[in-house]
Amino acid sequence: MTKEDRLEAKNPSEKFLRMDRIPHIWCPGCGIGTVVTSFNEALKKSKIDLDDVVVVSGIGCTGRVAGYVKLDSFHSTHGRAIPFATGLKLANPNLNVVVFSGDGDIFGIGGNHFIHAARRNMDITVICVNNFNYAMTGGQVAATTPIGANASTAPYGNFEFSFSLPYLAEAAGATYVARWTALHLRRVTKSIQEALAKPGFSLIEVITPCVTLYARRNRLGDGLNLLKYYYDKSVIEHGADTRTLDISYQGKLVVGKFIDKEKPTFLHAMNEHMTKILGDKFVKYGE
Amino acid sequence: MKKVKADPKGVLTGSHYLDGDYAIAEGGLAAGCRFFAGYPITPSTETAERFAERIPSVGGVFIQMEDELASITALIGAAWGGKKSMTVTSGPGFSLMMENIGLACMMETPLVIANVQRGGPSTGLPTLTGQQDMMQAKWGSHGDYEIIALSPDSPQECFDLTIEAFNLSEIYRVPVFVMTDECVGHMHEKVVIPPAEEIEVVERKWYEGPKDKYLPYKLDKDGIPFMVKAGDGYRFHTTGLTHDERGYPVINAECQAETIPRLSDKITDNADKIIMLEEDQIDNAEIVVISYGITSRVSIRAVQLARKAGMKIGTLRLKTVWPFPEKRIKQLAKKIKAFVVPEINYGQVVLEVERCAAGKAGTYHVPHMGGWVHDPNDILNVIKEAAK
Repeated sequence: MTKEDRLEAKNPSEKFLRMDRIPHIWCPGCGIGTVVTSFNEALKKSKIDLDDVVVVSGIGCTGRVAGYVKLDSFHSTHGRAIPFATGLKLANPNLNVVVFSGDGDIFGIGGNHFIHAARRNMDITVICVNNFNYAMTGGQVAATTPIGANASTAPYGNFEFSFSLPYLAEAAGATYVARWTALHLRRVTKSIQEALAKPGFSLIEVITPCVTLYARRNRLGDGLNLLKYYYDKSVIEHGADTRTLDISYQGKLVVGKFIDKEKPTFLHAMNEHMTKILGDKFVKYGE
Repeated sequence: MKKVKADPKGVLTGSHYLDGDYAIAEGGLAAGCRFFAGYPITPSTETAERFAERIPSVGGVFIQMEDELASITALIGAAWGGKKSMTVTSGPGFSLMMENIGLACMMETPLVIANVQRGGPSTGLPTLTGQQDMMQAKWGSHGDYEIIALSPDSPQECFDLTIEAFNLSEIYRVPVFVMTDECVGHMHEKVVIPPAEEIEVVERKWYEGPKDKYLPYKLDKDGIPFMVKAGDGYRFHTTGLTHDERGYPVINAECQAETIPRLSDKITDNADKIIMLEEDQIDNAEIVVISYGITSRVSIRAVQLARKAGMKIGTLRLKTVWPFPEKRIKQLAKKIKAFVVPEINYGQVVLEVERCAAGKAGTYHVPHMGGWVHDPNDILNVIKEAAK
């Protein structure tokens, strides 16, 4: 490759991004961009028609993903990405609907929607970037903050128990559940590919460093250090019992694919049930 | 604006004996609504029940969501997925919807919300009537915006105005509210549903130009942008943040100044086309009784009694409450002695009447705190006082 060729070379993600919106707002060392890169790779490898892929985000740092991906994309309100996605999917069942948002958005303010979409087995893929705090608003304590970690609204350290996202997802009825750190690039990509292909409710949790707030407040080093720390602290245990997946402050991180099972989706169940009960009177929907 | 005949699949042509809640569901189906997301709340639940029963044989989706925040947000998603969508609720649920009503206004999303009002605040009077959400309908979400609110006074009008609500929402790309109340919602009357070919429905303002030229918020000649739906290959973006014509967030005073007035102006500039009023004996009236919803039917008795006593009473019924008929009220204020405004609240729409009357005519409120309708004599007494 000559020097000129190198200068002409394009970022392989360009095709998937709104380049007129770059540079993005994320901090240097933040893991969100890495997860977006994995998502783009997954789209490329999945060979699905990008016209059929829709991204819905809520509010927060990860909530900005919808604004950068070159797909039909919706930046909705805080906590409501999942019901927005539910409406899109049910209105146009051909769509492959992805919710891309943060832990505070999906499991704090939006937690109720998460459990109900999982219960219904709504056919959507949820990618949750978990950085253990509310980053956009300045590093407040979250439903995911480990006990002992410091946050701006937990200045003496957090003492509340936190959610284990895979445990919650399984209990609520999700059919695909995985957890990785942002440095598990290829594994995140593979999980997203699998989730996109899976008819049913999928959750992929990705642990990422929040360098400016969580890491700085807790003196955990820069983004690269923390990215590597999470990676080094992780242990891959596919199929692990989701009751064992609690995250302790700077402790071991069990990662892997925990759940991958078959169950009728909401629309499939609706069509089957109504056909059985109503026979010819029922107008099949979206199949 | 493209008008078409209603899809006969959703039209239950014939003469029926229905309550207002059911008639709202039939109006939605006739208007082409094929997505309903709702949460049970008295006294509106029958609309959701009717939709759940009817939609499987029409072709569409009913889903009972986990709360009203989810219901309204699912409607916005479904609208962008290409469907006409609606929900129904009452006071507490309406309060929960407010943030995302703002999102629907900001994204310029057509959808319909029926509010079968009950007494408030808080849980208030779950099973008894009220008209206490009228100002909330106009101002309930934060920021500056305008919506459209219609107020039916009978089951027949619940049917007719729900269709009208869908048509207006598509023309102006705005949430439209059908503001009825427990009395009308639970009142059984004859509802005539015409044949599908006699029902005009407005189609969405679909964009049809080249794909790479599409800008989600580029204005058409009428000031309303064209719409597309997810999955059609436009790869568009929209957001609840202040945005430019590309739908991209722009967080500064200039973009705010350019974008936000338009959300109100598209409604207020077209107020004459939107507003529907019903007037009676208004030409040489000294007193005009202004009312809406169930209260307009109770007012009839008070007006009859006053006329029998020789008083010159006109009536003006607000089928459209928002945008408010400012122009008409200002005209009348120059000619008459006073307005009398009965409503089942502690003073809401009367404030708008007073503002428009601007001291040129008197304004008398007949409050009722909810739980039942006015005694016509209470209205009559205020009419007499206004005539003094």
